[in-house]
Amino acid sequence: MTVLDTDLRPAEPPRYVVFWQRYRRNRAALLGLGLFAIVVLMALTAGLVDPGDPLRRAGLPLLAPFVDAANPLGTDQLGRSILSQLFYGARISLLVGVVATLVSIIIGIVIGALAGYFGGWVDDLLMRITEAFQTIPNFVLLLTLVAILGSKIEWITLAIGIVSWTAPARMVRAEFMSLRNREFVDAARNLGVSNTSLIFREILPNALPPIIVYASVIMALSILLESALAFLGLGDPNYASWGNMIGQGRAVLRTAWYCSAIPGIAIVLTVLSFSLLGEGLNDAMNPRQKQ
Amino acid sequence: MLIYALRRLLQAIPVIILIMIGTFLLLKLTPGDTVDALVGDMGGADADFIARMRAEYGLDQPVWVQLWRYMVKLATFDMGQSFVYEQPVATVLMDRLGTTLLLMATSLSLAFSIGITLGAFAARRAYSLTDNLISTLGLVFYATPSFFLSLMMMLLFSVKLGWLPVGGIKTIAGFYTGWDHVVDVARHLIMPTAALSLIYLSFYLRLMRSSVIQVADQDFVRTARAKGAGETRLMVHHIMRNALLPAVTLFGLQFSTLLGGSVVVETIFTLPGLGQLAYQSVIQRDMNTLMGIIFLCSIIVILVNFLTDLLYARLDSRIELS
Repeated sequence: MTVLDTDLRPAEPPRYVVFWQRYRRNRAALLGLGLFAIVVLMALTAGLVDPGDPLRRAGLPLLAPFVDAANPLGTDQLGRSILSQLFYGARISLLVGVVATLVSIIIGIVIGALAGYFGGWVDDLLMRITEAFQTIPNFVLLLTLVAILGSKIEWITLAIGIVSWTAPARMVRAEFMSLRNREFVDAARNLGVSNTSLIFREILPNALPPIIVYASVIMALSILLESALAFLGLGDPNYASWGNMIGQGRAVLRTAWYCSAIPGIAIVLTVLSFSLLGEGLNDAMNPRQKQ
Repeated sequence: MLIYALRRLLQAIPVIILIMIGTFLLLKLTPGDTVDALVGDMGGADADFIARMRAEYGLDQPVWVQLWRYMVKLATFDMGQSFVYEQPVATVLMDRLGTTLLLMATSLSLAFSIGITLGAFAARRAYSLTDNLISTLGLVFYATPSFFLSLMMMLLFSVKLGWLPVGGIKTIAGFYTGWDHVVDVARHLIMPTAALSLIYLSFYLRLMRSSVIQVADQDFVRTARAKGAGETRLMVHHIMRNALLPAVTLFGLQFSTLLGGSVVVETIFTLPGLGQLAYQSVIQRDMNTLMGIIFLCSIIVILVNFLTDLLYARLDSRIELS
């Protein structure tokens, strides 16, 4: 028997190729990826589309879309270009979404890991705190934090992170509880690895995949929270934001409904892209769940 | 059952205490205290008078003593004075509670019933055209912010068609009584209810769809089918009853998010409820009222969660009650 006869399978393609092949099978997920790419592109090219301040007067007030070549999507009641505000708004939405998600996931990982790893009274205390946060309506808490901290974009982002860490914390805790007594953890523990290393180097990497999928949900919710704040006029007034555009458009709803409809559709498509991305990632990471 | 209920209530106590400490900390973090607000209202006072007022309100005591007094007062639903409404906060809140509870009840029952029906329907025809249509609709509902939906409904039904009123809970100059009053309030609640419930409708839809698909795969369903149970009986008696369990859990968890969502919807439709009050309190910096809202909402959420837990224990006989 020669080496040639053995039926060795061809080498597996690299992991990311397999992942992409699985992801590609879901057409809705591809649509989500496309939409997401468009939003990212809008955020990146905002400076090229309009190098000036998006909140300056760019033309006559309340121009309808597709009338004026200088303002292709029209202007609002203060004569500000809707197109440039839309592009700069993508920047704010993505920025707030990404940073607030990072904040909430970091808080969630620390609290969930400690509770799940140590158990006992640490777990009891941390879970009661988590429950208290879950009990307080998150938007009311967000309003309160913004009322106390002020409406600067940094504080708003931090506040959104602070009101949305409970779900990831519970997920991390559940993962840690199921992983902490597995053999590989016991093996590492018997080798004298410290608790910190066990938590962050042994267990956390195995607990991460569901958290990464869930990050897309937190990102969508963060964008919705920011736009709701801005809609109520509690956002940072120095930046163009989709929510704020809709809020301003409310005053001229009767005559110029496009002022609020255009940014509204932008929010819907962005949030939709995150949902589809999340489902695609989930299917690609757990291929056995779905036929 | 009674022991189980008592134990669940006991578990809620530490959470309530934590929330009390939380609102106290938030009040302390706010720049300016009660006396500052009062003195600001009076147009200023001399330092000696301010010091005496601080002593009267106990603000010269150590933080621990203040926290203890605050918690004792909260436990008797004494939430201090609102400086905007010049009334005790508890009175202001009770005026507004009814509207919010009505909006919650209509929105949640709508979201729950329609979401579950659509979800079960989609699951029975999984991966068909009907399923794709319902699932896509669910995704779009999920992505639509309630304030945007509210504005677009206003544009269509109030501005263009003139069918529904733009805001308020009743026609101010109507002075309707009896049945007319009910119809009037219902007409005012249609758009707010729709705006608030659509996101939750999509939650229940997606949850129910995956839950029914999962349960329909299990052995006991196959057994029931083999014994000759009809499709309807199978769906109602065997699948739905089990598939409903995760949806019931979500019902309690979503209640707090829903209360938060009512802030935006009540503000847009000028409904005189707790949500609108929360927004106004932020704008007017009426922190006592805001903390009162947080505390009251938390108590409501805890109660609703308690009731759903009891319901869950009733529905799922596998749960050990003691």
